Amino acid sequence: MKRPSEIETAPFPSRAREQAVQAPALAGSRFLRTLVILTILLALLILLGLWAGTRTIDFSQLRSDPLARTLFFRLRLPRVVMAALIGASLAMVGAALQALFRNPLADPATLGVSGGGAMGASIAIALGWGERVSGVPLVFVTAFGGAIAAFLLVHRISRAGQMQLPGAILLAGVVVNLIASAAVLTIQYLTDASRALQILRWMIGSLDVVGFDTIWRMLIFLAPCWVILLAFSRDLHLLAMGEDSAATLGVNVKRCEWVIHLVCSLLVGVTVAVGGAIAFVGLIVPHIVRLLFGEDLRIVLAGSLLLGAGFLIAADAVARTALGPLELPVGAVTALLGGPVFLWLLHRRQRYSAL
Amino acid sequence: MTALLEARNVEFSYSAGSPVIRELSLTVKAGTLCALVGANGCGKSTLIRLFASLLTPAQGEILFGGTRLPAVGRREIARRIAYVPQAAPMVFPFTVLEVVLTGRSPYTPRFHFEDESDRARALEALATVDAAHLAARRVTELSGGERQMVAVARALAQEPQCLLLDEPSSALDLKHRAALVRTLAALRDAQGLTVLMVTQDLALIDPLFDYAFALRAGELAAEGPPAEVLRDPVLTHVYDDPHIRTSRVEGRTLIWSD
Repeated sequence: MKRPSEIETAPFPSRAREQAVQAPALAGSRFLRTLVILTILLALLILLGLWAGTRTIDFSQLRSDPLARTLFFRLRLPRVVMAALIGASLAMVGAALQALFRNPLADPATLGVSGGGAMGASIAIALGWGERVSGVPLVFVTAFGGAIAAFLLVHRISRAGQMQLPGAILLAGVVVNLIASAAVLTIQYLTDASRALQILRWMIGSLDVVGFDTIWRMLIFLAPCWVILLAFSRDLHLLAMGEDSAATLGVNVKRCEWVIHLVCSLLVGVTVAVGGAIAFVGLIVPHIVRLLFGEDLRIVLAGSLLLGAGFLIAADAVARTALGPLELPVGAVTALLGGPVFLWLLHRRQRYSAL
Repeated sequence: MTALLEARNVEFSYSAGSPVIRELSLTVKAGTLCALVGANGCGKSTLIRLFASLLTPAQGEILFGGTRLPAVGRREIARRIAYVPQAAPMVFPFTVLEVVLTGRSPYTPRFHFEDESDRARALEALATVDAAHLAARRVTELSGGERQMVAVARALAQEPQCLLLDEPSSALDLKHRAALVRTLAALRDAQGLTVLMVTQDLALIDPLFDYAFALRAGELAAEGPPAEVLRDPVLTHVYDDPHIRTSRVEGRTLIWSD
């Protein structure tokens, strides 16, 4: 029993500070560790991606065998780079949206952004708009337009005045996605057979690419967006803990929302225009990073960039080899992996209080 | 004593035609512990959010140390005014230390991580509210009361001049309610912290608080030292309840409704 005089000495009867000693390491050192581990993993997965395929490449023959060289530099390498670009972009978008909407199930697909982008792109394909507007393929522009339209629509629906309704955003996203895919199906039905096939191949999501032209063109859009997302990662870290607290800690919430919307739409628009709607990368990758390296958004975003790249390279390697000579679209592989992950996250919802 | 926070003829409404705050003027003096009381829906939280610059008044102005709030600047406001919301739902399982460390972000440049001194301040803030033992726990696993203590710790880690609290004691047990107010009073004495706290805990106000504001339907109905505000005629008016009774016993005011 404590005597009253003892209790009065401090405002709180202090409960041992020593208990706090086992508190987690500072984010800075965890950040560096995460980058090192994931960079090594990415390097390994790049080697795997370059090597694997219906014809495995013997790296020692690259000097002597011209066929191997062509295969390597015109097909295999561009494809691995493309997978890396798209995987990194989608994973970062997923991580950013989960923080922005404070919803662990947010993903370009579940928020309707991919659907909107797919609709925009399929309109361009169906109408045969192959041309470019000042160097930018028109299909990029329409996909970006579709993505941002879907984004704004979903955002608008899920907000009542100043309030963000937590469950509404996913419902709205799923419905917008349904509407968009219905529109894509209609477009596909109405257009001629070869374009319909083109739309179908690309809707599932695939990484067919020859040479580096498309890659350079994508990179012009994607790289600045990655930089912007990384620059906003602290704001997103604060936003993930609540809009009000972020605002009182100095985050310009409105500006941050707009920037993230624009940047994510651009990333999704461009990746969808080139690779199709590759599902669930944005859901799976950030959660793996979280489980391994903690919740700090600065770590999750940078980690998603690296792991997203590696993840899609690996998924594409599986798609190219799983069924022997028959090549699966990579979107089918990620969807087959991602669906169960989504269900698993739902099942574990006690970890997240807002599902 | 000088005025730290000031509302001048402030009007605010969420939807047109039904103002929540009307023509309200009040002054919070530096280094005082102030309570903000009133019936549900009278505009207490709205007023606190206006002071925290989470809302912008439709008319009138909010001043901090004599400067209009927008002119103070976002980052500067974050260093000087901390806000503890009514309930802070957390979706992601951040650790308590991670949450409290965000209180240091107004002091760290955008591309820097918090350093050892930030961590020491965060742990100290946790210790101040008797929550150091929670540092490594996940916020999603905490009870409502523990979460409120963490929110207060984060606000203290901001090292603000002024602390705005929106019913921080609503989920706290008896011991922690009184302890929280005693801690705030100690910080006022040691560092000159200014506190404006929305509370329904009328029994705690006298004698722990220096000053009390009572709102009624968006207007300031009464203000003054607790012993003056917490009187039958004032409270029956503020709460529109003729059954409210007060009684002063041993230097404190007891309040109940018959």
